[in-house]
Amino acid sequence: MALLEARGITKIFGKLTALNGAELTVAENEFHGLIGPNGSGKSTLMKCIAGAETPTTGTVKFGGRDITQFPPSERTRAGMSLKFQITSVLPALTLYDNVLLALQAQASLPSLVFSRTRGILHDRVMAMLEQFRLVDHAAEPASALSHGQQQWLEIAMALAPDPKLLLLDEPTGGMSLEERRVTGELLQPIKKRCSLVIVEHDLDFIRDICDRLTVLDQGSVLDCGSVAQIQSSAKVQEVYLRRA
Amino acid sequence: MLVIAALLPLVLQDYLTIYATRVLILCLFALSFDLVWGYAGIMSFGQAVFFGSAGYGVALITRDLGVTSMLIVLPAGLLIGLTFALLLGGFLLLGRHQSSVIFVSLGTLTGSYAFDRLARGWYYLGGQNGIPSIPPMSLGRYDLDEGPVFYYFALGILVLVYLLCRFLVGSQFGLALAGLRENEQRIAFFGYRVQRLKAIIFSVAGAIAGLAGSLYAFHEGFVWPNMLGVVMSTQVVLYVLFGGAGTLIGAVIGTVVIEAVSFWLSNSYQDIWPIILGVLLLLVILFRPAGLISLIVSERERVGGFGRPPKA
Repeated sequence: MALLEARGITKIFGKLTALNGAELTVAENEFHGLIGPNGSGKSTLMKCIAGAETPTTGTVKFGGRDITQFPPSERTRAGMSLKFQITSVLPALTLYDNVLLALQAQASLPSLVFSRTRGILHDRVMAMLEQFRLVDHAAEPASALSHGQQQWLEIAMALAPDPKLLLLDEPTGGMSLEERRVTGELLQPIKKRCSLVIVEHDLDFIRDICDRLTVLDQGSVLDCGSVAQIQSSAKVQEVYLRRA
Repeated sequence: MLVIAALLPLVLQDYLTIYATRVLILCLFALSFDLVWGYAGIMSFGQAVFFGSAGYGVALITRDLGVTSMLIVLPAGLLIGLTFALLLGGFLLLGRHQSSVIFVSLGTLTGSYAFDRLARGWYYLGGQNGIPSIPPMSLGRYDLDEGPVFYYFALGILVLVYLLCRFLVGSQFGLALAGLRENEQRIAFFGYRVQRLKAIIFSVAGAIAGLAGSLYAFHEGFVWPNMLGVVMSTQVVLYVLFGGAGTLIGAVIGTVVIEAVSFWLSNSYQDIWPIILGVLLLLVILFRPAGLISLIVSERERVGGFGRPPKA
């Protein structure tokens, strides 16, 4: 059974049809790339899956449950996690607190009030910061980080609740070549732990990391298949050449 | 500061001790607003609703049931504040979609105005005149009259509540509140049930405001519609903005300074003192938007840290 099944997703904003019957299926431990020209509806589809938007029609199933109407907090509790396109770390808090905030999100109210999990989570916070090469900055406010580092922090925070599915909207946006390479390295070990849906403009990056690709064009699925299949697809070539 | 506060009644004349007691109770009220605005980012322009309705509530309990025991009236005031905050907060904060700051501030402001009008128009509540001659609170056979004893009693409660607030905002729950204030939408995606968090802190603050309101009612010996209304609600916003929101101690400093300055001004410049006070407030808000507290505490220290300090 697929981990994520989005079927017939249509999203209409006023007169604009952003998505028109888009589909996305992701298996467990699969890295799935979502590509397409600008305005093809990639980010909107991500938002409909994560709960930032509710689709006009269509259903989103996650682990067999229909979550189409779930608010974001309940989707996260079901095991889904989103990294936004625009970095939205909490700039006034330290890196340590940013990660702790993400890790403790599902703790009960009494355990939060009496800080019962602070000790237990300390090692996990430090391990996350270590993994994303941010440990030297742990006590600094997030606003002091470079853009690339903020992206990593954001990924670390999205991974913190140990999701089954991680949604990454343009994780390498605004990064240097070197930072992109490192991001790829940082994402590789995640494969054993969860599935990934990734929206990205950098086709080289996505080719290196993903198992399967879905290509969107004008709000619908143009093609879907393994990286090799998509690379040789005449339809996809045409769309990208037309717009290039 | 605590030492000064403890010694104050020894040096002050009686009428000043009574004034100082009133200021302490207002400090307690200011703490409740700082908790919702300074920590959780909820703009409650109707904090006086909880303050005033608890005041009215205990006044009615005393008038109609003849109960003055502080073991009953103070918890009752707390509960009244909590209940009204739950109702108003539930209505304003627990929608399907997250509510904007404007919606909440106008909603609470309207609530405050409505309660004010209701109290003015309702004969049972004494209309414009409010409820006069509330007898003193009692503990056993002892009556708590205004004066040094009431002062120390209020100071004790203030310190206790302050420490409880400190504990709360320094806990992991406090970190969740900081997240709420910084980026409400983001933390919903971490799995926080944002609206529930807001309703909880709003109710806790309502309970504190209720406690303050019931103390105030017994201290002044009467309650009147202004206690519920927009004037009182705005006043507490000023205390906290002036002192520095999100610091707890800033709320106390703001209240003390504003009240002390207005006391002094109203004696020395009887005709124009509200104007001078207004200009002072404006100057602070313009040049020190983070409040008086920002003179001694930097923004970074103000936010503080929640985790164990990582190895240097």
